[in-house]
Amino acid sequence: MKNVIPLKKTLAAAVFSVAALSAAVGDAFAQAKEQFIGLPSYRVGAYAAGGSGLYGGWIDYMAMINERDGGVGGVKLTWEECETEYNNARGVECYERLKKKGSTGNSVFQPVSTGITYSLLDKVVADKIPMVTIGYGRTDAADGRVFPWVFPMITTYWSQATTMVKYIGAKEGGIDKLKGKKIVYLYHDSAFGKEGLTVLEKQAQKYGFSLVLLPVAHPGNEQQSQWLRIRQEKPDWVILWGWGVMNPTALKAAAKTGYPREKMVGVWWAGAEEDTVPAGDAAKGFTAAGFSVAGPNYPVIKAIQDNVYKKNKGNMEDKTRVGSVNYNRGVVHGIITVEAIRTAQAKFGKKPLSGDEMRWGFEHLDIDAKRLKDLGAEGFMPNLKITCADHEGSGLVKYQQWDGKQWKIVSDWIEPDREMVRGMIEESAAKYAKEKGITPRDCAKEG
Amino acid sequence: MFYREAGQFKTTYAADQQIFPIRQDRLGMLLLLAVAFFFVPALLSEYWLKAILIPFLIFSLAALGLNILTGYAGQLSLGSAAFMAVGAFASYNFMLRIDGMPILLAFIGGGVAAALVGIAFGLPSLRIKGFYLAVATLAAQFFIVWLLTKVGWFSDYSSSGVITAQDMEILGYRFVSPEAKYLLVLSIVVVLALLAKNMVRSSVGRAWMAVRDMDVAAEVIGIRIMHTKLLAFAVSSFYCGVAGALYAFAYLGTVEPEGFSLDLSFKILFMVIIGGVGSIAGAFLGAAFIVLLPIALDVVVQQWLSGLLAPSVSSNLQLIVFGGLIIFFLIVEPHGLARLWQIGKEKLRLWPFPH
Repeated sequence: MKNVIPLKKTLAAAVFSVAALSAAVGDAFAQAKEQFIGLPSYRVGAYAAGGSGLYGGWIDYMAMINERDGGVGGVKLTWEECETEYNNARGVECYERLKKKGSTGNSVFQPVSTGITYSLLDKVVADKIPMVTIGYGRTDAADGRVFPWVFPMITTYWSQATTMVKYIGAKEGGIDKLKGKKIVYLYHDSAFGKEGLTVLEKQAQKYGFSLVLLPVAHPGNEQQSQWLRIRQEKPDWVILWGWGVMNPTALKAAAKTGYPREKMVGVWWAGAEEDTVPAGDAAKGFTAAGFSVAGPNYPVIKAIQDNVYKKNKGNMEDKTRVGSVNYNRGVVHGIITVEAIRTAQAKFGKKPLSGDEMRWGFEHLDIDAKRLKDLGAEGFMPNLKITCADHEGSGLVKYQQWDGKQWKIVSDWIEPDREMVRGMIEESAAKYAKEKGITPRDCAKEG
Repeated sequence: MFYREAGQFKTTYAADQQIFPIRQDRLGMLLLLAVAFFFVPALLSEYWLKAILIPFLIFSLAALGLNILTGYAGQLSLGSAAFMAVGAFASYNFMLRIDGMPILLAFIGGGVAAALVGIAFGLPSLRIKGFYLAVATLAAQFFIVWLLTKVGWFSDYSSSGVITAQDMEILGYRFVSPEAKYLLVLSIVVVLALLAKNMVRSSVGRAWMAVRDMDVAAEVIGIRIMHTKLLAFAVSSFYCGVAGALYAFAYLGTVEPEGFSLDLSFKILFMVIIGGVGSIAGAFLGAAFIVLLPIALDVVVQQWLSGLLAPSVSSNLQLIVFGGLIIFFLIVEPHGLARLWQIGKEKLRLWPFPH
């Protein structure tokens, strides 16, 4: 009998403490501050190979922030995926589905598809959700006065096209050497492919090279006639503005035609392992642009491996793809999203932010060289400063060459022809504003 | 027990010829319309209206158009998405280039433009049949999308070839809110569905079915083959064209020609096959199956299974289940969901006494 009472006591104490603990945990849940980020992803279909890498990197970065720092300013990041299949209608459905999730609603939408971006241009304004399109989307949305809610960040297609000309010029031994040269623009015949057209035509006029346009019909696995033309034209350079299966097909066709891959420069959507590995040896020597670089040897990737993969929480099934081009692009998406939250928290306080507050964060984003170093992303992505008028940022692009096994960086960050691109952006945005009856914001009055 | 027509006598020709000869069907339809017009916009959230019901109605309309051509007139077509594109781009250009163009007239204009293109691409049907015709309409699919991308005039020389639909305004009222857009789409779809139902019950529809069942016999009994086939192409393309215009104006807002790809054509064809070939209700059931089921699967997978499965597995799982369900339904009832519905009604008539 003596033993019973203490046992009862301990039991009671245990029950009590469990109850108290669960109450505390319950409270913690009730107070848990969470920032919701909707992820419209594509992991099936024609572009699944790239998509799984990109979303993997993005999710892993956010998971790393949660694991290592306990979120941003004490606010945990949460997310939910929605399968778009790279289809516009499905993308709009995802946007609507994710819009109201989380305590403050979806705070940023990044469709990773130019088609879906176009379908949402009006909707994000009405719903007050910023749309960030990194390396794709509508170029003239870089004019923040007309498109306050859209952020085509880091660099646009137009900026990229001018850096291609600069890169080719440098390879020729000076931009003035381009005079009289012949460049083939081999492009995916779609809204995406046509983006580069106007700006390259203007560059051709400016630098005096001739431009041969060769469209390739979607999906691009049939390029015999185009490469026959290239053989006849004997161009000095070929710009490959391709997407998906079109890229390895072009590289193989180039090998068959005997066109040197060293003289081919690709858009960044042609510059991932998924584009070169299927072409085998034919891809060796091919150069492509990138707003981020390949390789796992950056502190930020190491942090992900330490904090996420060591705890078996990584998103990638194939762990060797950590550090691949698409994965690193995803990490850039993550960095920009997180830094925008940080910027906005500095003004609005450490709490879950609404879309409106996030927009302020994106518009005042300033990731300079020092910040990049702190993030462990020095040389990994270009520095970036967004203003009310300029939603693009620095526009810097690096070039990487495929050596048969991996991408090797072959250039420093290259400045675009800001003057020409900015002029075109403002002209195009003004036309859009006129069509839609938008009065551009006066940036002098914005806080 | 309740679904029984005993005691319902038809004393006039009009009563005998009405669309729903059974009173319960009439009441059911009225109830459905009342719910769709009054309760749905009042009760359902913006997400349901904008992301689920509007696309469902628009794809139903497109499937209805293809069902007229394939189900009733027996002409296989793989160009539905292209005809939708014609409707969308034509409506956009009508609104852009004619000052004060009423939006409804622009939709009709888009439909008429699609009908004219449809007639042009229907001409081969006079010589070739079946799968060969399908291949000929495939040409329409590729040619039209290529043309819209190639010729800048169609997209008002937009640098990327996309069009942004103008605002919809009727008699000074702007259709901006999801409820207003939904009601506009619903009204257009209801009117066109009623029109289609009556068309297929009239001499036109009977001529289509005669051509479908045996064109030589149809010709012998005095049906003009060319006229009938081309009319089927025109009407079908008109429906697809209006659907395309609604897709651009009431749903996406901004569209690119590549959005109307062969994939979309196949999707519309699957709606017809799964819903029921040669049935108006089938178009709606098929659209519901093809449009809503993948979304439902995605919601289920993301909500409940996202932690359990690797992300690429869960995405592919949706496609596997979806494909499996298509095969299941086609094995259970090769004539489509509309036939299942009909069988259900027959059973209900006898229920609860099966004799």
